[in-house]
Amino acid sequence: MSVLAASQEHDIAVVGGGLVGAAVAYGLARAGQRVALLDGGDAEVRASRANFALVWVQSKGLGLPQYAHWTVRSSDAWAGFAAQLKEETGLDVAFERPGGFQLALSQAELETRAAQVNRLHNQAAELPYRTEILDRAEIESMLPGLGPDVVGGSFCPIDGHCNSLRLYRALHMAARLHGVRYLPSHRAERIACERGAFRLATTAGDVRAGKVVLAAGNANLHLAPMVGLEAPMRPERGQIMVTERVAPFLRYPVATVRQTDEGTVMIGDSKEEGTSPDGLTMPVNAVMASRAMRMFPVLGRLNLVRMWAGVRVMTADGFPVYDQSETCPGAFVVCCHSGVTLAANHALTLAPMIAAGRLDADLLGPFSARRFHVPKAA
Amino acid sequence: MFRRLPEAAGAALAVSVDGQRVEVRAGDTVAAALLAAGFGHCRTSPVSGAPRAPYCMMGVCFECLVTVDGVGNRQGCLVPVREGMLIETQRGEREVGR
Repeated sequence: MSVLAASQEHDIAVVGGGLVGAAVAYGLARAGQRVALLDGGDAEVRASRANFALVWVQSKGLGLPQYAHWTVRSSDAWAGFAAQLKEETGLDVAFERPGGFQLALSQAELETRAAQVNRLHNQAAELPYRTEILDRAEIESMLPGLGPDVVGGSFCPIDGHCNSLRLYRALHMAARLHGVRYLPSHRAERIACERGAFRLATTAGDVRAGKVVLAAGNANLHLAPMVGLEAPMRPERGQIMVTERVAPFLRYPVATVRQTDEGTVMIGDSKEEGTSPDGLTMPVNAVMASRAMRMFPVLGRLNLVRMWAGVRVMTADGFPVYDQSETCPGAFVVCCHSGVTLAANHALTLAPMIAAGRLDADLLGPFSARRFHVPKAA
Repeated sequence: MFRRLPEAAGAALAVSVDGQRVEVRAGDTVAAALLAAGFGHCRTSPVSGAPRAPYCMMGVCFECLVTVDGVGNRQGCLVPVREGMLIETQRGEREVGR
């Protein structure tokens, strides 16, 4: 059977096989949809290969309180979601929610952080989570081995993390078990809306489907306008360093340093402009390593085993974009930075709405790209 | 199990392996010295607990990890012995402080 003939049977095509696309495809299949999951080739620029695996709440929602609610909803759903994935695939994605820290290495950093947390709490009377500012002594009792330069930090009791590589694998496996047809090396290049259905021209031929979900990360910038949607993006480069495996010593994830369930320590503490994941920026790596060692001096004795760069999916204002096209109904766009944190929402809440053909306006209205249409002041 | 080649003639040195004095030869790597001294393994696997011994002897396989002078997970096959060196075999995963 040719790809074209088979693809006529798809209710919906999901464009993008990263964490976001795979979570949506999995959720759609569980909702009874016949799904094709279109992915690029192995050499594509993928945000999913450079994420930090945090399921993170603190700091979320400054400027858009509904984002705090959306994030907490996913964080709260995560334990059940992880259990469901384990039941269906046998894979343990190692989700833990012990609470998490952001550490300050100077009084100025601590004051900046405290002001952010204060603004966050003031902005919405009913912020659905609390972040506390803790002094050094309080943090030291929770994080033994803390370096002398740490003056304090913030702690949010519902922050957590997981093993994101295993999450990626579990989502793909679970999606396939529910009948999702995975099409690698099918990079979508053009999408046309024809008589109420969609034709996607890919690098491996055409695929047709009744509905389409754009979950292609930064590529949504170019794909969305083809179906009457928009996704203003500003990709951001980040680097990750990983140490050899050591016995567990870091009980809580820190925003920039965490120990994985397998024992490695990940360090991720950089933001650079630019869309190239190629190569390393050594002066940036040096700062990352130095800050990590000031937080936990014992890290200085460990060997690094890998470091690499990736490109974050980032919308123009940093908040997710969820929309259905007005001119091409049945076309949806899903863009967000936090594909790990929001994976539970994408599979359990967003996908059933897409399957039903309507995004809940109360829950997702604030994330429409129409928010970018504010007339600029003269 | 291993015998030295007759022409191997480095000067005799002494190192400590798990607190025990061991005679080695200048020019030995830590891994070679352990094998020549009859150590059947140098660590246990963090995953299964099984004993592991030096294998590739050229820096690739990471089987010969030992603690040298207090620093864990050194590749024994890449570290030349030195008089008085403190070598410790490892049990399971490296601890972060050593």
